[in-house]
Amino acid sequence: MSDAPFLSLEKLTLAYGDTVAVKDLDLSIRKGELVAFLGPSGCGKTTTMRSIAGLLTPASGRISLDGADITRVSANKRSVGLVFQSYALFPHLSVFENVAFGLRLKKLPASEIETRVTAGLKSVGLSKFAARKPAELSGGQQQRVALARSMVMEPKVLLLDEPLSNLDARLRLEMRTELQRVQKETGVTMIFVTHDQGEALSLADRIVVMLNGAIEQIGTPEDIYNRPVSRFVADFVGFENIFAVEGGKLKAANGPIALSESLPPDTAGFAWRPRMVTLGSGPFQGTVRGASFSGSTREYLLDTPLGAIKAEEDAGLAAHQPGTELTFDLPVAKAARLERFG
Amino acid sequence: MTPRVFSPLVLFLVIAFLIGPFFIIVAASLSGGETLAFPPQGFSLKWVAKVFTVESFRESFAVSMFLAIGGTAMALVLGIPASYALSRYKLPFGETVRTIVSLPIIVPGIIVGLALLRYIVVPFGFNITLALFLAHTALVLPYAVRVVSASLNNLRSDIEEAAVLLGSSRAGAFFRVVMPNIRSGILAAFILGFVTSFNQVPVSLFLSGPGVRTLPIDMLSYMEITYDPSVAALSALLAFMSIGIVFLAERFLGFSRYV
Ligand SMILES: Nc1ncnc2c1ncn2[C@@H]1O[C@H](COP(=O)(O)OP(=O)(O)OP(=O)(O)O)[C@@H](O)[C@H]1O
Ligand SMILES: [Mg+2]
Repeated sequence: MSDAPFLSLEKLTLAYGDTVAVKDLDLSIRKGELVAFLGPSGCGKTTTMRSIAGLLTPASGRISLDGADITRVSANKRSVGLVFQSYALFPHLSVFENVAFGLRLKKLPASEIETRVTAGLKSVGLSKFAARKPAELSGGQQQRVALARSMVMEPKVLLLDEPLSNLDARLRLEMRTELQRVQKETGVTMIFVTHDQGEALSLADRIVVMLNGAIEQIGTPEDIYNRPVSRFVADFVGFENIFAVEGGKLKAANGPIALSESLPPDTAGFAWRPRMVTLGSGPFQGTVRGASFSGSTREYLLDTPLGAIKAEEDAGLAAHQPGTELTFDLPVAKAARLERFG
Repeated sequence: MTPRVFSPLVLFLVIAFLIGPFFIIVAASLSGGETLAFPPQGFSLKWVAKVFTVESFRESFAVSMFLAIGGTAMALVLGIPASYALSRYKLPFGETVRTIVSLPIIVPGIIVGLALLRYIVVPFGFNITLALFLAHTALVLPYAVRVVSASLNNLRSDIEEAAVLLGSSRAGAFFRVVMPNIRSGILAAFILGFVTSFNQVPVSLFLSGPGVRTLPIDMLSYMEITYDPSVAALSALLAFMSIGIVFLAERFLGFSRYV
C-alpha cells in the first residue's frame, strides 16, 4: 500500500438533468485499499460509483486512476469492475460463460479463458456450478458469480454496490469474510457501498461517510466510531446524547450550561454514547423513566433538565427502578468533540 | 334465468359462434357435390386435392407467403430498435409515438388500404408488390412493437451496463445480451405478424392488381367465378396451418404471455 493516490476524485459534481446528486466531492484512495461508502439512502453512493465506473458522465470535476485522467474515458475501457446490487448476471448464459464474458471480448486464447474462469469460479467456491444458468442459483451464489465475473478481468478498481444487502444474516457474514479474503489475496483496490455501519467498521480500511451528496467524514473505522466530527456521523454511529455548544456553553433544553473546561474554538458540539454517561455522581439530576435489559448491560432513559438522556450500565450493577432520582455526569473528557453541528 | 344457468349458456353461444364456422367450412370442403353447400352432399377429398392444382392459388400463395415472411421480417427490423428506444429511454414524445405506432390496430384496414392507395401508391407510382410489401410491413409493425416491448420490459437494463463494464461497446451489448434474451419475444412477434399478414384482406384488397394478389383476395375472386367447394377446402387448410403454428408457438414459447 503506497501513499500516493491511486484513484482520485477532484471537485466531482454529478447530476441527473438539473438535480445535483453529488457536489464538489474530493476523495483519494490508495492502491490496495478497501474503502466503504457509508450513508443513508439517497446520499449519492451509487451515483458516485457509477461515475467512477464511467456509466455517468460528471457535470464537472476530474477522475483519475493509476496516473491517468479517466474523466472522459468510456466505461468499457476503464478497467473498473462493478458488482451490481442486482448482480446483473446474463440470464441466457451459463455460470461459466457469464464469468468468461469479458475475457472472450478481450479475445484471449481459449485455453487461457478456461484457466482463468476455472480459477475464478474456484476462488468463490462455485466450481461445481459452472454449467448452471443464473436462475438456478441462490441469491448468494449469484452474487459470487457476479464477483468472479468482475474479478477475472483483473480490474484496477473493483466497485461493489451493496454487495451484502440481499443476503440473509448467515450468508452475509460468510460473504464478508469472503470479500475480505479475496481483497487481501489479490490486493485489488476495492470500494463497497453499505447502509450498515457494522459492515463498514468490520471490513473497511477507511470509511467515507456521505450525506446529501457530500462527504461528511473520511477516516479509519476507529476514527469514525470514536471520533465522529459532525452531529450526523455521531448519530449514525450510535452516539445518542448529542448537544450543540454555543459560546463555550452546552446548549440544553432548559438553557445553556457552562462547561468547566476551556474549549478549542471550533467546537460545535459534544456527543456521548450511552455507556459514556456516568450514573450515580456528577452535577446533573435526572429521573429514570424507562429501563431495558439487554443481557450484558442495562439501558436507562432519563428525564433531565438537559432533555432526555440515554445511559448504559453494566448489568452486574444494581438496577435503578423507574421513578428513581439519579445524579449523573456527562464527562467532557470522554465525549466526541464535534466540529460541525449541521 | 339465474346467472348460474345464464353464463354457461352465453359461453356456449360464444364458442359456437367462434368455432361453428370452422366446422361448417371443414364439412363443406369434404363435400362430394359440385357447389359450395352446407350440409355437404356426400363425402370426397376431390376438392381438397383440387386446391393444389389451381395455378392462381399457387401463385397467390407464394405472394402471401412472401408478404407474410418478408413484411414481418421488415416490421421486426424496424420494430425491435423502436421498441428498444421506447422502453429504455425517456423520449420526449414516447407515449405519442407508441400510440401512433399502434394506430393500424385501431383504424379499419379498409381505410388504411384506401389511404395508401389514394395518397401513396398512385401518386408515387409504386409497383404492386412493393406497395403490398410496405402495407403489410406497416400492418405488422404495431404487433411487433407491442410484443417485443413486452419482453424488453421484462428484461433488466443493468445487464447491458454489466456487459459494457466487461469491455463491450453499447451496440455490442445489445447484440450480446439483449437480443439473446428477447429471442422468444421476437419469435412470438414473428408468428403473430405472420398470421396477421397472411389473413389480411381489406388492405390487400385495395392494393392487389393484375398478376399480383394475395391468397385471400385470390380466393374472393375465384369464388365470384367458380362456386365450388375448393374454396372451402383451401380455407380449411389455411385454418389448420394457422392453428398448427399457434399451437407450436404456445407449446414452445408460451405464446399467450405476449399477446
Ligand atoms: N436516474 C436518476 N434520475 C434522477 N435522479 C436520480 C437518479 N438516480 C438517482 N437519483 C437521485 O440522486 C440522488 C442520489 O442517488 P443514489 O442512487 O446515488 O443514492 P444512494 O446513496 O445509492 O442511495 P441508496 O442507499 O438508496 O442506494 C438521490 O437523491 C436520487 O433521488
Ligand atoms: Mg444505491
